[in-house]
Order: sequence, then structure tokens, then C-alpha cells
Amino acid sequence: MMDWMFWLGVAQALASAAFMLTGAGLVLAGAIGVIRLPDFYTRMHAAGVTDTLGAELVIMGLIIQSGFTLVSVKLAILGLIVFLTSPTSTHAVANAAYRSGLKPLLRRWRSDETREEAQ
Amino acid sequence: MNFTGFVDIVVALMLVAAMALMLVRLFIGPTLYDRVLAVNAFGTKIVLFLAVFSLAVGQADSIDIALLYALINFVATIAILKFFSYRSLDVALFDSEPRAARKDGEGE
Repeated sequence: MMDWMFWLGVAQALASAAFMLTGAGLVLAGAIGVIRLPDFYTRMHAAGVTDTLGAELVIMGLIIQSGFTLVSVKLAILGLIVFLTSPTSTHAVANAAYRSGLKPLLRRWRSDETREEAQ
Repeated sequence: MNFTGFVDIVVALMLVAAMALMLVRLFIGPTLYDRVLAVNAFGTKIVLFLAVFSLAVGQADSIDIALLYALINFVATIAILKFFSYRSLDVALFDSEPRAARKDGEGE
């Protein structure tokens, strides 16, 4: 009985660590992409990677770590709020930038305005 | 320190590094929308950092602050975009005048 409880705790800690480290790695990769990518729209793609999978994996790891308590319920509500609001705000930023006339930077398939600007 | 606390500290430090990179993009961003994007992603990372921090120190009260920050972050992003689109926050996003009063005579 004691042995079973011990290995359950080990499995909980390992699953939590795997989820949280994967999520934090995705968050860090998204931040590096926001620094290094050349255009606003590609930077927005990197930030979207951070907002969807990175945040949800970190919150899922925290839920596994905290067990079956009130804290995990609050974390689930937090994950639901982040899951609903961050794609909405990313879409709002993209829509506002596109409607204000910010052109995407394209290599082969340039629009007419960016082809004139590039030459 | 046990294994779980060590993982929490490592994840919190990775989130702090990502927040520093977001601050770099916030200050050097060429356009307004890069800055808005950086502020939004910075707020998401602050929410995650508060959640990890509250479990790392063993007091779960900071999760309520993380919930509040997540809600305020979304509303602030939409408000900033609306203000810089219309130069005012007092703009209705739908047509508030009745259909019979339109000039083009459509509707009904």
C-alpha cells in the first residue's frame, strides 16, 4: 500500500515536470521568435504559439502538481480564460494592423505596394 | 528542496527570460502593433509566472491575482486597439440609429 502511494507521487511529479518544462520551452521559443522574426505578422505567429500551447501546457502541469484541490479548480478557470481570450486578442491585433494598412513582408508573392517599395 | 520545487524554480526562471525578451521587443518595436503584441504576450507570461510562483512558495493566494490579471490584460488590449483605431473610446461598435432613419432607405 505504501509502495503504491509512493510510485503514484513519483508519476505525478514526473508528469508535472514534463508538462511544465515542455510548456516553458515553447514559451521561450515563442519569445525568441518574437525577437528574431523579420515582420509583424510572423512575430504574431510566434506570439500565438506562446499563447496557445505553451500557456496551456504550463497550466496543465500546475494542475497535475497541485492535485485535487481548490487550487486546481482555480487553475482550470485560469486556463479556460487564457484559452478563450488570447486567440481573440491576437486576432484583434492582427485585424487592427491589417486594416490600418500595415503590409505583410513577402518574398516571392509580393503585393503591388510592397513590390514597388522593395524596388 | 524537492524535485517539484526545483522544476517550479526552473520554469519561473524561463518565464522571466521570456518576459525580458518581450520587453526588448516592446522597446525596439518599429510599429505600434508590435508594441501592443509585446504587451499582450508579456501579460500572458506574467499570468503564468504568478501561477507558477504561487505554487512554488506554497501559498495559493496569488492565483486569484493571476485570474484578475488575465481578465484585465484582455480588456486592456482591446481598449488600446480601439483607442488607436478611432482616437477615442466613445465610439459605438454597432450602428445605433434606427433603421427607418437611414438615408439610403434600406431595411424594413
